[in-house]
Amino acid sequence: MITAVETAGLSKRFRSGQLAVDSIDLAVPEGSVYGFLGPNGSGKTTTIRLLLGLARPTAGSHRLLGARMPDAAREVLPRVGALVEGPAFHPYLSGLDNLRRLDAADRSVPPATARARIDAALERVGLLAAAGKRYRHYSLGMRQRLALAAALLRPRDLLILDEPTNGLDPQGTREVRALLTEVARGGATVMLSTHLLSEVEQVCTHVGVMHLGRLVAQGGLAELRAGTAPRVEVTSGRPGAARAALADLGLAEITATGDVVTARLGDTAIEEVAPALVAAGVPVRGLRLLAADLEELFVSLTGEGFDVSG
Amino acid sequence: MSAADPGTLPAPRRPDRIRDDPTVPAALPGQGARRGGGSRRAIGRLFRSELWLIFGRRRNWVGLAVLCAVPVLVNIATKISAPAPGQGPPFVAAITGNGLFAALASLGLELPLFLPIAVASISGDAVAGEANLGTLRYLLAVPAGRTRLLAVKFAALVVFAATATLLVAFVGAVLGLALFGGGPLTTLSGTAVPFAEGVGRTLLVCAYVTAMLVALCAIGLFVSTLTEQPIAAAIATMVLTLGSEIADAIPQLSAVHRYLPTHYWLAFGDLLREPIAAGRTGPGLLSALAYTALFTTAAWARFGGRDVTS
Repeated sequence: MITAVETAGLSKRFRSGQLAVDSIDLAVPEGSVYGFLGPNGSGKTTTIRLLLGLARPTAGSHRLLGARMPDAAREVLPRVGALVEGPAFHPYLSGLDNLRRLDAADRSVPPATARARIDAALERVGLLAAAGKRYRHYSLGMRQRLALAAALLRPRDLLILDEPTNGLDPQGTREVRALLTEVARGGATVMLSTHLLSEVEQVCTHVGVMHLGRLVAQGGLAELRAGTAPRVEVTSGRPGAARAALADLGLAEITATGDVVTARLGDTAIEEVAPALVAAGVPVRGLRLLAADLEELFVSLTGEGFDVSG
Repeated sequence: MSAADPGTLPAPRRPDRIRDDPTVPAALPGQGARRGGGSRRAIGRLFRSELWLIFGRRRNWVGLAVLCAVPVLVNIATKISAPAPGQGPPFVAAITGNGLFAALASLGLELPLFLPIAVASISGDAVAGEANLGTLRYLLAVPAGRTRLLAVKFAALVVFAATATLLVAFVGAVLGLALFGGGPLTTLSGTAVPFAEGVGRTLLVCAYVTAMLVALCAIGLFVSTLTEQPIAAAIATMVLTLGSEIADAIPQLSAVHRYLPTHYWLAFGDLLREPIAAGRTGPGLLSALAYTALFTTAAWARFGGRDVTS
């Protein structure tokens, strides 16, 4: 597997002694949309700062697009678009002038095409009409869009985005998701940190979960879901008989609470359950599939809720 | 946000194109074919962007206007009531004899406080201002390059110091010549030099004052790398300047006087002797050079290894 982002034992201990990132081994496959999840304060942003070379790791190493960082920063970072901890621009400059400045800082692009690049990026995030307005007069959503435009100033092979839909209205959120999907379809890898599980379900192919500075889970979304097997829930006036029938069917982890009996489906198809119950003469009042719930999975991994700040 | 037509975007550029490799044909028009050509141009772009940041800001225009108010005041006050020869601040009494002295009198009046305030606030803002806004992380992620960014910022500070000095001298000289006339300049040694040489001497004084302020720029730039509060950096630089001036006025500290950064600042009058006296201006330039070298190196060492956490 070719990895766009690869870390080996990457760690960061702050001067305060706090271990913000604890020996993580990230593997973001090339071409994936990787959801970087974790509660607030779990070390996501610090990890992103380490990846971009803004901060130095206390231990460990990492590669971006196959090249060793920070040695290859000058060659690799121009191919990486980033949004770190929210937008930040000069308030008294216009959106256009702010992007001009970032473009001017990039040694690897021809100055002659600067305006075309900037206009294309502004157009992509729907900000072209407000390009001449001073940044201080932008709304939070417009600021977020400008930061995305900066990340898209030139074609990128990797986007590292820290909560890209933060502050956007529902329409803007949809647009950004569509944009990310489009960028990914173009062959770029997208790594986005978020605490919105719906976002992960809609756009991500891979997931990494941070908790207290450690990477507690990582893999394909389908693969992770498979880890939490779906269960079947049967409501019956004779729960004892239902239990027995489900056991005969070969289901495991059977639990009963009052009239409700649940069991892990395992390899058994949900379609086989009803006939088996009927064949055993169990009166069935309700039958329902309990799908693997991402939220439950993450809460089980991190022990806390996710959307602290929405 | 419309789905952008990929055809309107510049072609994706691979890392081998990013280094100005002469064996790779220039991908786009305007790309320097010679090694380093594009890079030099890119430094020019960032430098211009940096100048725009300083000179495009209204706050700084107000600051420059305040600097210009002093030569206006000096000229008007002298017109109303000229001090007797040998009385009043240096050069002021001489203005009535030759308007060119208004430039020198203004510089002499502004060098202890107003010019350092201007330089301290701009240089204190250089790195701390970007860190405070958060724009520093985005510049470094471009990547602008830490050494390059610092070099460009220092170069822009030098331009500002020269601009402020020349502006004060220019306003003073133009108004002085208009009010009091020009003609041959009587040097401090009593002999007269032609008007053209008088102008040359004034420019020499401007160069000397700029050199003194450049040393202060270096100190301010270093302080600016220590904090994320631009005001704190500016105040700290001012405190250092005033502290040096106070220490320079205490006779008991005469042993260290010549090591103080401000000690030779007002020696510029020696450039108006015939012949030019280098007894104090020579060491003054050496002192400024030493402070500049010391503090730009310190700024580089500090900024190069610092974690950017803003």
